[in-house]
Amino acid sequence: MATSDLKPKDPNYERRIDPATGEYRVIAPGQTFKSVTDKISRIVLTANTPLGWFALFAVGGAVATLLLVAVTWLFLKGVGIWAITQPVAWGFAIINFVWWIGIGHAGTLISAILLLFKQGWRNSINRFAEAMTIFAVVCAGMFPLIHIGRPWLGYWLLPYPNTMNVWPQFRSPLLWDVFAVSTYATISVVFWYIGMVPDFGTMRDRAKSRLAQYFYGMISLGWRGSVRHWMRYETASLLLAGLATPLVLSVHTVISFDFAVAVLPGWHTTIFPPYFVAGAIYSGFAMVLTLAIPLRKFYHLEGLVTERHIDNMGKVMLATGFIVAYGYGMEVFMAWYSASHWEFFMMWNRIFGPMGWSYWVLITCNLAIPLTTLWSRKLRTNIAFMFFISLVVNTGMWFERFVIVVTSLYRDFLPSSWGTYRATKWDYMTYVGTLGLFTALFMLFVRFLPMIPMSEIRMMLPGAKITPKKAAEVGD
Amino acid sequence: MPPRVGTYGLLAEFDTPSDLVRAAQQARKDGWRRMDCYTPYPVEEAAEAIGFHRNKVPLLTLIGALMGLAAMFGMETWVSVLAYPLNIAGRPTYSWPAFLIPAYEWTILFAGLSAAFGMLALNGLPALYHPLFNAPNFRDGASSDKFFLCLEALDPKFHLTDTAQYLETLGPVSVVEVEY
Repeated sequence: MATSDLKPKDPNYERRIDPATGEYRVIAPGQTFKSVTDKISRIVLTANTPLGWFALFAVGGAVATLLLVAVTWLFLKGVGIWAITQPVAWGFAIINFVWWIGIGHAGTLISAILLLFKQGWRNSINRFAEAMTIFAVVCAGMFPLIHIGRPWLGYWLLPYPNTMNVWPQFRSPLLWDVFAVSTYATISVVFWYIGMVPDFGTMRDRAKSRLAQYFYGMISLGWRGSVRHWMRYETASLLLAGLATPLVLSVHTVISFDFAVAVLPGWHTTIFPPYFVAGAIYSGFAMVLTLAIPLRKFYHLEGLVTERHIDNMGKVMLATGFIVAYGYGMEVFMAWYSASHWEFFMMWNRIFGPMGWSYWVLITCNLAIPLTTLWSRKLRTNIAFMFFISLVVNTGMWFERFVIVVTSLYRDFLPSSWGTYRATKWDYMTYVGTLGLFTALFMLFVRFLPMIPMSEIRMMLPGAKITPKKAAEVGD
Repeated sequence: MPPRVGTYGLLAEFDTPSDLVRAAQQARKDGWRRMDCYTPYPVEEAAEAIGFHRNKVPLLTLIGALMGLAAMFGMETWVSVLAYPLNIAGRPTYSWPAFLIPAYEWTILFAGLSAAFGMLALNGLPALYHPLFNAPNFRDGASSDKFFLCLEALDPKFHLTDTAQYLETLGPVSVVEVEY
């Protein structure tokens, strides 16, 4: 039984299944307001940082150093150190930008869209999914900035009155990107922070050391849990969720416009916006799993992030994976149906050309492995397997962006201008470095901030049920 | 504002949200108005019980949204038509469909910031000091597992000993006086 993988010392199947729904329990039985608060706040307020934390933080920091080195060299030498040239003028920077932003989208989906749909199970995972969003956007946002060649002039992207008397060109998708990504980053940070304010209040009240009391006291903004405050807070959260939902859909849509607006076979297609958004959510959920599975194990949070969560995330991945599969199918179909010689050649070249291997990696990782196995509940609740699948899908989605960027560009209209693309060590260092930066930031998050929203978990506990004795006495 | 002295109110502690809601309903029925409940998570019934039904956050958000929309669309139009007209592949300088996208983003940006900061402003946060934190049992429970009802001294019905006795009839775990 797959459920016994989770907690070998507690093989009692009934305890894992909620008799009311027949589903996996969202939260393991026996949790109280106090136990939840203790469990989550102790991770942060403990004086003893686990050794494993230091190890992971050190690894993340060391890998992030690669980024520092690569970017320093880039600033000294210019983007010529990357493999980008004609005809492939967009390379790793854009691939990584799209990949990271896409990963961020699952965090917003979990925190916003699932909140609107009243999916209570999201409460356990939304905080660190949002943190993942923010750190992913940090990594993503860096790429266009360092790609512009003279990053110290990055502020030229913004409309502001200047002595040169020039203004940005508002009909360009690249400028739309500036507003889409900056809005996305701002709203994500605000949503995340506002969501944490009541929990900071809890940390402030439970902190023992003076420093922690000051720190959490400042960032809790004096939260005291008045129900008037709570009601405004709930309204604001719901509104932020309602705003973040169209935002998250628009961000990857705008990013897909960067490609779709260009008159280039392989890019110029109307399927891009929905297919980009679905792909973003697909890869994002994979990343949530990649983070959640080790975290729940390491911090013994199996009671709060249960198999139900893993199972549900598997289902979302299955659904979005099929939308992505439809996108791939449509691309191929349109290449044939458009009767455009260039479209047809591009697709043939993408699949069977010298870089066709990347297309097959993509098909294997995004379609062949996950979409055949995620149907099985047994596999969806097999934690080790889901961790494996999450890594596979993350790889596949990176290759999807690689395929879109590189294989559309490297053999264009004129055979005399054909080329190829081979990333340099600086490309790899920059990419791997952002993985390190992401890990390091995430480790800081789990150490210093409550990674599971205590106030939202409390709402889901049986003790939160209001029993109106008064109404019963009236005999209504 | 002169520093306040004396009693802020009386704070009754309850173990369960149901007890709190019942007590708050009773107090409201008995004519109390200057009161508030303190809970470790949103308890909608408690807000209903003390007569707090509506808030202004949605209105602020709407105003923010319209401001964002107007600001960005206006700026795009002014820049592209008047300040710096550019011929981009022969498209009209007033390309409103293209302008909608940044305008849409700023609608969301301004609305979201208005919702978040409007909520904080309406709540009177950030507040570095509040008398309730002087109560010995408040910080212990209000943010983790206890539920509080506070009858404030500003209510005309308030009387230190009578109100304390009244609160005892509502079945709390304890009643304490909160000083400024």
